[in-house]
Amino acid sequence: MTALSLKDLDISYGDTQITHKVSLDIAEGESFALVGESGSGKSTVLKAIAGLAPEWTGEICVLGKARGHGVDRGFSRICQMVFQDPYGSLHPRKTVDATLGEALTIHGIGDRSARVEEVMASVGLDRKFRFRFPHQLSGGQRQRVAIARALMLKPKILLLDEPTSALDVSVQAEILNLLKRLRREQNLTFLMVTHNLPVVSFLCDRLAVMRHGRIVEVAGVDELKRGDLKEPYSRELMQISAAHAS
Amino acid sequence: MRPLLEIENLRVTFPTARGDIDVVRGVSFTLGRERLGIVGESGSGKSMTGRSILKLVRAPGRATADKLAFDGIDLSTRSEKQMRAIRGARISMVMQDPKFSLNPVMTIGEQIAEALLTHKRLPRREVNDRVHAMLESVRITDPERVARLYPHEVSGGMGQRVMIAMMLIPEPDLLIADEPTSALDVSVQAQVLDIIDELVRRKGMGLIFISHDLNLVSSYCDRILVMNTGEVVEECRAGELMNATHPYTRGLIASIPRLDETRDELPVLDRSAWAKA
Ligand SMILES: Nc1ncnc2c1ncn2[C@@H]1O[C@H](COP(=O)(O)OP(=O)(O)OP(=O)(O)O)[C@@H](O)[C@H]1O
Ligand SMILES: Nc1ncnc2c1ncn2[C@@H]1O[C@H](COP(=O)(O)OP(=O)(O)OP(=O)(O)O)[C@@H](O)[C@H]1O
Ligand SMILES: [Mg+2]
Ligand SMILES: [Mg+2]
Repeated sequence: MTALSLKDLDISYGDTQITHKVSLDIAEGESFALVGESGSGKSTVLKAIAGLAPEWTGEICVLGKARGHGVDRGFSRICQMVFQDPYGSLHPRKTVDATLGEALTIHGIGDRSARVEEVMASVGLDRKFRFRFPHQLSGGQRQRVAIARALMLKPKILLLDEPTSALDVSVQAEILNLLKRLRREQNLTFLMVTHNLPVVSFLCDRLAVMRHGRIVEVAGVDELKRGDLKEPYSRELMQISAAHAS
Repeated sequence: MRPLLEIENLRVTFPTARGDIDVVRGVSFTLGRERLGIVGESGSGKSMTGRSILKLVRAPGRATADKLAFDGIDLSTRSEKQMRAIRGARISMVMQDPKFSLNPVMTIGEQIAEALLTHKRLPRREVNDRVHAMLESVRITDPERVARLYPHEVSGGMGQRVMIAMMLIPEPDLLIADEPTSALDVSVQAQVLDIIDELVRRKGMGLIFISHDLNLVSSYCDRILVMNTGEVVEECRAGELMNATHPYTRGLIASIPRLDETRDELPVLDRSAWAKA
């Protein structure tokens, strides 16, 4: 079944049109990467899916159901977003417990304490962190909290906006291993924005390359690993990544 | 020629409920007109080292050093007022968190203009031209539109490039860049680093480049310091980083995914030592 389908998506902020005819089909359980130029509209695509960029035309379907333009409660139980900025995305005066429990309260879900503890365990956060504030956590721990918050409502789809670009390589490895395990255990679908092609190789099945608001190429991860991307712009990204690593 | 920057036995201390802790512990290095990379895991003291040079460690933190000299000036005896004349004009720092460091109620264009005008008087027209030229040089293709946007209206990578533009426009002698390009695609990243490089070569600017990206630092810098829990554990020529010998550095290198990755799980550092904190 298709988890997420975008058809001819044109997204605007006021008079400025940001994306042009973005179309994608992502299967249930698939891990899909969106890479490409800074400012090309990657975060904007995720925001439109999450209901945070309401000015769009085209079609957004989630698990076969077309979504409207605003924030939609039923929808947020199925699909959750982890934001680009791990330092800014947690409320500085809320404890981990308050951050994680909030969505349960909004959706009137009981059994709060057990659910919080269960999710903390699944992202590898020790119970002792439960009543800490963000500034008392390391960058990697904060990112685990952000992922845990997205998992609270047991969604089917995670929209991940550069979940590891602010983290050191060792913490990045922990988060990538975690995401891989969660996907396997909970049959999650990922749509992940990243500019790190080796991260795509590790975690994703397919990728789309964006430039100037358009998708210029969709490829399988094997093609990336073999250096077989076709479009000149995708090849440029691939070649620079390869050059750094050697 | 005397070095641009000399640091001996730098310490940064924070008081905690269980007594003082040193988050930078006896760091010493000198910097010429070169590109020095600093790598190390989260919390190892990289940003605090950078901030100490500008005397920007916030209370209750304290920074002390046996020697902290920039271009022959003893920074440790400078007053806050004297430091303000040095910051921006002679030493500037691209902070790790651009959205946090930009003023949310001023447009991008106004902020870059302000950075330029604190050190130079220029006619209005020329200011606008310089601001647009600077935005273009960090590969922002529609500078007129972007100059009118507020920080929350730009993308992650555009925010970083705005910060870099602001810090480069006064052409400092020393640039401290803390994760300056972590939100940029590799192509724009390479172009932005070339601009910084151009200033290093043309003006003899010194660069301290703090980054999590070991591959990038090793291909872009001249020399590298590896930090762990507040100390420099290894120093090497940049091109030799991948042959580093310290087990900590080896651990970091092993955890980097590769373009042709086949491992099902990435190795991580054993953090049990500080997980107890
Ligand atoms: N609230 C807003 N108002 C106006 N323009 C906006 C707003 N948010 C984003 N934009 C514009 O939309 C474009 C795309 O931004 P977006 O954040 O989607 O880029 P991105 O591909 O995620 O880039 P990066 O890799 O740098 O994060 C940019 O030109 C940006 O200035
Ligand atoms: N206000 C504070 N009180 C107590 N400790 C602090 C404070 N600010 C920073 N620290 C500690 O100082 C240490 C060094 O921090 P620093 O920001 O220099 O790390 P870093 O190497 O830049 O890490 P990152 O890669 O995550 O940016 C960290 O362990 C941090 O928790
Ligand atoms: Mg983005
Ligand atoms: Mg830092």
